[in-house]
Amino acid sequence: MLISRKPSPFLWAYRAYVLAFFIFLAAPLVAAGTFAFNDSLFPALPWQGFTLDWFFNDTEPKLGMFHDRRLLRGLYYSFVIAGFVAALSVFVGTTNAFLFVRGDFPAKNALYILMIVPLVIPGVILGISILVLASDTANYLERTIDLELEFLRPGIFLVVLGQFSFVTTITSLVITARLKKFDASMEEAALNLGATRARVLRTITLPFLRPAMIAAGIVAFLVSFENFNTTLFLVGSEAPLTITMYDRMAKVGSTPVLNAVSFFLIIGSGALALISILVQRDKTDR
Amino acid sequence: MQQKDIKRLTLYLLFAPFVLWIFLLILLPHIGMVILSLREKIAPRVYEFGLGNYIDFINEPIYWNTLLRTGSMSLLVTALALIIGFPIAYYIAKIAGNRSRGGLFLLCLIPLWVSDLIRAFGWILLLRETGVISTFLLSYGIIETPIEFLYNDAAVVVGLVYTVILFMIVPLVSTLDGMDNSMIEAGYNLGGNSFTVMRRIIIPYAMPGIVSGCIVVFMLTAGSYLTPILLGGKNSSWFTEQIYDQFITRFNWESGAAFGFLLLAFTSIVIWLGLKLSGQTLANTVAKS
Repeated sequence: MLISRKPSPFLWAYRAYVLAFFIFLAAPLVAAGTFAFNDSLFPALPWQGFTLDWFFNDTEPKLGMFHDRRLLRGLYYSFVIAGFVAALSVFVGTTNAFLFVRGDFPAKNALYILMIVPLVIPGVILGISILVLASDTANYLERTIDLELEFLRPGIFLVVLGQFSFVTTITSLVITARLKKFDASMEEAALNLGATRARVLRTITLPFLRPAMIAAGIVAFLVSFENFNTTLFLVGSEAPLTITMYDRMAKVGSTPVLNAVSFFLIIGSGALALISILVQRDKTDR
Repeated sequence: MQQKDIKRLTLYLLFAPFVLWIFLLILLPHIGMVILSLREKIAPRVYEFGLGNYIDFINEPIYWNTLLRTGSMSLLVTALALIIGFPIAYYIAKIAGNRSRGGLFLLCLIPLWVSDLIRAFGWILLLRETGVISTFLLSYGIIETPIEFLYNDAAVVVGLVYTVILFMIVPLVSTLDGMDNSMIEAGYNLGGNSFTVMRRIIIPYAMPGIVSGCIVVFMLTAGSYLTPILLGGKNSSWFTEQIYDQFITRFNWESGAAFGFLLLAFTSIVIWLGLKLSGQTLANTVAKS
């Protein structure tokens, strides 16, 4: 081993470093979450006592997050957008997995690289390029055939497309990795026993892929939910939660209600991330 | 014969979503962006084809200084993330006991999905003049007056390293985890010291993970928007801010598209150089993490 098993001063220093790192990792999240329970109008010390007002109180100035219309609307739009992005990207991710694992066609490697590329394009650029294309198309149609296509203007549809454009790479990679582990003899056996192709797909191949599809869906949901850069350029009047929070922070300044939302999101995304890991782990240790 | 037709039909059906996705959402928009960036505005609603937007970029030092600054700070953040993150990944993959390994890795995976906005918000609460650290130091009499830790380059670098470091650690843990311990022992048995084993065995083995982490981290940093703005304040001069400014504030899409293309070209060149220098490809690094 690089480090001997005996507890040496070096190993203790190493452990202290690892511990310090995890404190560094937790500190901002703890700060963002804890001030949600401080009975004060500002998210700052000193500690004024414990309260749940920033979640449940229904009157100004301590309007709790579950009574704040704009934040709730943002949360709702975030859920809608993330749901669409997850569903679409898992579907295309699955077809991509079959395409690249089973398919045989020219320029396969080059196309595979092309599939990874969206992950290394800065999100801001995905946002502006899709905005430009959609607006140009909409303007052109309006000018030439006098057709106004509202969905090509900034709004939920474009936000979904923008996030979908790079989330699909993630879901494709997750599902491809799982499909590569599939033992093709299981399908052959079922075919030999007289099952149709559709039936084999439904009863054998897709159930095998299910853990990866669920995990990919959760990851897609989380990435969509927390996305800011791409969304910023494509957002219309239906702003998702991250945009609403940023507006609030930039215009009104921070109040503990933002801490309440942060706490809610940290717990929610942590739980979902945990589920996605557990779903994948159970089945891979076959 | 019929079997073959079905196979071909299936292939086409599988190809359709892929092509629609890559062509309509990736290739076409980027081509459109490049074309738009080559359009010069000479009068309201009158345009001409030319390199004017790029010439403006070169003639205005603020613009290219911002790009250089974004690039160099992103490289710094990438290097820091690697230096800070590698020992952590090594500890998780090779030194931690079987039981704590899974737990530590989980601790790394879960904050990965917390929004940048919340992380930056957390840092603001810690670092600002009325924030936790300043108040804490004040109450213990270490400092006399509140200190503003925000709105400087150090705060931006700390915040960025914090935001991206898990994207470095996670692929590193996966690569190091797949490494057979006997390779390290063999290195020692053949008379190597810790340094030689690290340099000749561990680092070459971990190279795909290192490169993958660096690519993702560099790209995320150079393309980040929230962290520099929130922690660096109005003077953070990050290049994505210029793009936003051109697009949304000034409504000058032509020049915004040119800036977008420049950022894309810049990050692509750096990533390409990194792959060439380390002898890796995109398929065996990023795709595997």
